[in-house]
Amino acid sequence: MNKLFILGLMVSIFVGCVEKKDEKKEEVETARNEMVSQKDEASADVAFPIYDFDGFEPMLHKGDEKTYVVNFWATWCKPCIAEMPHFERINAEQKDNGVEVILVSLDMPHMWKKQLEPFVEKKDIQSRVVILDDPKQNDWIPKVSEEWGGGIPATLIYNKDKRTFYEHGFTYEELNNELHKFIN
Amino acid sequence: MKKKNILGWSTLLMIFVAAFAMGFKVATEHNLDKGYQVGDRAADFSLKNVDGTMVSLSDFDKAKGFLVIFTCNTCPYAQAYENRIIALDAKYKPQGVPVIAINPNDPSAKPGDSFTKMKERAVEKGFTFPYLFDEGQKIYPQYGATRTPHVFLLEKTASGNMVKYIGAIDDNYQDASRVDETFVENAVDAMLAGNEINPKTTKAIGCGIK
Repeated sequence: MNKLFILGLMVSIFVGCVEKKDEKKEEVETARNEMVSQKDEASADVAFPIYDFDGFEPMLHKGDEKTYVVNFWATWCKPCIAEMPHFERINAEQKDNGVEVILVSLDMPHMWKKQLEPFVEKKDIQSRVVILDDPKQNDWIPKVSEEWGGGIPATLIYNKDKRTFYEHGFTYEELNNELHKFIN
Repeated sequence: MKKKNILGWSTLLMIFVAAFAMGFKVATEHNLDKGYQVGDRAADFSLKNVDGTMVSLSDFDKAKGFLVIFTCNTCPYAQAYENRIIALDAKYKPQGVPVIAINPNDPSAKPGDSFTKMKERAVEKGFTFPYLFDEGQKIYPQYGATRTPHVFLLEKTASGNMVKYIGAIDDNYQDASRVDETFVENAVDAMLAGNEINPKTTKAIGCGIK
């Protein structure tokens, strides 16, 4: 009970801090998002590969010896940004252990140059980043996992023997614990 | 004797505290995990509108149903759908199915979704429908809304407002002109014609409610 309370308190304090800092940025983003996506302009020379779901799907079914940690995120999703360092850490720590992290950005086309590229550069993201750009979400969400309601952050961990889907954010410990169910 | 008493009281207190903690946890999980399914009866509410009035579903005497849409100012997906939500209201309010928009976000977590900002947004975009603030975040967990935008189509019946469709507005958030399936329009049309709604639920990426 105590633990629960303290955890709750810590989370609220943490969230409170983060949100305050982002207040200004958010307003700028809101203004920026007024612009409707201009896709053709946006996709010119983006630094990451852009897939529709058919192109992306093989990344969810690789039959090799590796374990894949596939994280669905976007730059505008705060809890996604909050957990990103844990995925980066796992990627660095477990690389030689046959683990690969794939960060699947669901950012919208008009954000690719303006938000996604600067974010990845600024945070010096080392994991593989790909863009999933397929508006037919009702078709492809269940193909990632029947359990997925559409919220992000969401993560799929799989290898040739086992797969588990998570529609929530992770702490480093939680992510590491889950991963170790796959890599022994 | 005294000692025993203290022991008794503290045990009782512990049981209360534990019961409270467990009850609270179960209630939270129930709300977040379940919410409404198609076929459930939806609760009415009384929420503050951007014009300062309080709005309830029961205010709409002549309505045949409602498009209750959880949406907000700040989510890029919600913004992408703003014009389409206005169009839905224009099309279906005259047919007796008005849009009721509800912002479920907590402004202390999302300052851009404060009541003041809601008023500004409603004026800027010329909202023709109520844009309500879920103060204290009591309504969205009842409905089981998880993201914005998240649509609940209700049909007014003798036994209450029944949930007929839950999900996305259509199948292309990026480009209204490239939509193949207008999920919500199909659902409302089927409901008004007394036909089976298909699909009754759809999935979409959205911003988690904060």
